[in-house]
Amino acid sequence: MGQQAENILEFRNIYKAYPGVQALNNVSFSLRPGEVHALVGENGAGKSTLIKTCSGAIYPDAGTITIAGEDFAWLTPKLSRQKGIAVIYQEFDLVNELSAAENIFLGKAIRKGWIIDRKAMNERSRELFRQLDIRIDPDVLVRDLTVGFQQMVEIAKALSEETKILIMDEPSAPLTNQEIEAMFGVVRRLKESGVAIVYISHRLDEIFQISDRVSVMRDGELLATMDTAGTDREQIVKLMVGRELKETFPEKAAKTGDEDVLLELDHVTGNGLKDISLSIKRGEILGLGGLIGAGRTELAQLLFGVEPIKEGRIVYKGQEIHPKSPEKSIRMGIALVPEDRKQQGVLLHMSIRDNISMPMLKALSKISVIQGRQENDLVERFKSSLRIKTPNIHQIANNLSGGNQQKVVLAKWLANDPEIIIFDEPTRGIDVGAKQEIYGLMDELVKAGKTLIMISSEMEELIGMSDRIVVLCEGRITGELRREEFDQEAILKLASMN
Amino acid sequence: MSVSDYFKKYAIFLVLIVMIIVFAVLSPLFFTPSNGMMIARQVSFMGIASVGMMFVMLTGGIDLSIGSALSFINVVGAYFMVKMEMPILPACLLCLAISSGFGFVQGVIITKLRVPPLIATLAFMTMLSGLAFIISGGMPIYGFDKAFNVLGQGYVGPVPIPVLVMVAVLAVGAFILNKTYFGRYFYAIGGNEEAAMLSGINVDWTKQLVYTISGFCAGLAGIIMLSRLNSGQPTTGSGFEFEVITACVLGGVSVAGGSGKMFGVVVGVLMMGVLSNGLLIVNVKEYAQQVVMGIVLTVAVSFDCMSKYRMERKNKEIKAQEGGAL
Ligand SMILES: Nc1ncnc2c1ncn2[C@@H]1O[C@H](COP(=O)(O)OP(=O)(O)OP(=O)(O)O)[C@@H](O)[C@H]1O
Ligand SMILES: [Mg+2]
Repeated sequence: MGQQAENILEFRNIYKAYPGVQALNNVSFSLRPGEVHALVGENGAGKSTLIKTCSGAIYPDAGTITIAGEDFAWLTPKLSRQKGIAVIYQEFDLVNELSAAENIFLGKAIRKGWIIDRKAMNERSRELFRQLDIRIDPDVLVRDLTVGFQQMVEIAKALSEETKILIMDEPSAPLTNQEIEAMFGVVRRLKESGVAIVYISHRLDEIFQISDRVSVMRDGELLATMDTAGTDREQIVKLMVGRELKETFPEKAAKTGDEDVLLELDHVTGNGLKDISLSIKRGEILGLGGLIGAGRTELAQLLFGVEPIKEGRIVYKGQEIHPKSPEKSIRMGIALVPEDRKQQGVLLHMSIRDNISMPMLKALSKISVIQGRQENDLVERFKSSLRIKTPNIHQIANNLSGGNQQKVVLAKWLANDPEIIIFDEPTRGIDVGAKQEIYGLMDELVKAGKTLIMISSEMEELIGMSDRIVVLCEGRITGELRREEFDQEAILKLASMN
Repeated sequence: MSVSDYFKKYAIFLVLIVMIIVFAVLSPLFFTPSNGMMIARQVSFMGIASVGMMFVMLTGGIDLSIGSALSFINVVGAYFMVKMEMPILPACLLCLAISSGFGFVQGVIITKLRVPPLIATLAFMTMLSGLAFIISGGMPIYGFDKAFNVLGQGYVGPVPIPVLVMVAVLAVGAFILNKTYFGRYFYAIGGNEEAAMLSGINVDWTKQLVYTISGFCAGLAGIIMLSRLNSGQPTTGSGFEFEVITACVLGGVSVAGGSGKMFGVVVGVLMMGVLSNGLLIVNVKEYAQQVVMGIVLTVAVSFDCMSKYRMERKNKEIKAQEGGAL
């Protein structure tokens, strides 16, 4: 193929402005057939916006998009599809209540006359899955699939029509390492068959594993396109954030081990968990390791009062508590940053201000009336300390980039000043710079005497941040590691022990 | 926001103005201060109840019981004052307590027994209507103390008292929505109940609150209606719930919950009033009135929905070249 290969997709001098932000500023970007082209940049850099111009979801203000030699000023979703472009968006858009096959053929059902030909659709889906070398029953409801398999259904859906260009917007964010490996297998096969792929991710090691070229965006501009082999992580990060960035975890103060116990679980059972005994000390970061489905999120739900415990006791500050609702848990000083941002974390239809102040709105009110001044001050403070990228705090959360939405969720809990914060996958979809900020923030929280519980599927993060790691597998605790015993192999072994 | 955005956003307001102009041209009787007051008084019951309905709809629910609640309070209020000879104030307060109580019970059924709002309030609609007939024996109850008439028939200066009550209720409603924490909860719950719950909002309590408020508003409308009509009748409120729902939807309150503004509801209510009053003045026959009303509502809502849709696609309004090719 080489350098001369003709571009199958080319963006030339694309502009796009939203009120208060220049989301795309003179962006030029090209894609060759059969290449995997990575697109990286900070949260809000404009990656998703660029993608949306060629999927027809939005129209650029100016510029040209060339697909296989044909010039367009703008595209419609239908036209984009016709030209062989398929997009897997940052947030899934599968219908949970339909089967895998029905999702794949959503809006383009195979019919015999008036009747939907279920058999043909299942057959065709099976064939697609076979091509991708994955095993999914076409009849299974999407709701019953793990996130990893849902992702595969998304890919199959994208490929169900003639596809020459596949665009993947942070496909790996919700996946486990194994699932990512499986997805890479699929990507490589597609690439061999000549499909051109745009791959967006905040996990830079993936970029080096999978991509041929990499383009870096910052503040709406495309700064550089490089051969992946000819660059390194440091250079990319520097371009992304515009300065040298040390990717390190905060120094840990040695724990003496005799800090007082803040929270204790005593043979707790319920919500899929069996016989959990655990104690959490004041001022530590307790990491929860394990595979997806191990029961870590379920444990967080119990502590936060989302689900009731069946047996056992929870002791908090020396007193037995019965977390019955998030409202009560919040009042006791417990906070949960949930893993599913869109469904559980952020109120997409409300403003940044409304989101951040929500958990403490009552406390911000005098005789039920919200103290607007105090509310704004509080929100502004967190907006700047977390560097949420937005023209103003009255922006609707839905208009923020994915990573900035996550920051809003973090801000909302920090603003409430809780004593124990449970982070469920806190850095999912967050850029390298912001990740460092969040690690720094966690460190500050601990120094200020807060206690953190962190669930993370990112091994480095788990090892780098935790004072202690407890590993779960199938609803049980399978082991506990102290800092000097931390080791990837050991954790993985405990995570798959049964 | 540019001027054209502004107009698109308040398209329904323009429709109202157009409607007023049309009627004013068609009949000299329409655009007069006294007719204006008349319209305001006619819609006052709807305006009062629409505040409660709007709150319920914001949380993603619906309240079908308010028409029957209005009839019920009408009858019960008459029963208290005429048959039992209760003094006015305690009787009115008792009525408000009862209608709020019914609203609260519906809220409890919806939140604790997980009955869908449509079904729970439909059941109360039927039940309250039946009770109203039983208590009244199907006959109007009348013979009130003169003093009671003031509420529905009196004026302060040129303004009828029901209109003043409506304005007060709308103002309090707007205050709740914009300034209180629980007002903000309504929007949060309607948009995403799970995220709202995880933010520490007591969802059950909040929903019970909105149904209670809705019951209260219906009861208040019922009392004023009683004073205005001077007799308690079990059929007073039939169809009332649909008028109120229509006014809310016209005013841009989302049926799915989570969005809507008080200003919009005011416009929606006025529109309903202008339409029925205007049609009457230009002598449209009753059944034809209904047809015209249905058509106008469809056109108005379509106009509104279309302009919102266009606004969302505003970004895409680059000159529509064929297929976008250069
Ligand atoms: N509909 C919209 N209205 C207003 N601003 C928007 C809208 N969509 C995007 N933006 C803004 O455009 C900028 C670019 O957003 P975009 O979603 O492209 O970022 P991104 O690079 O994909 O970030 P992330 O990595 O966090 O997903 C952001 O500042 C965002 O707030
Ligand atoms: Mg994005």
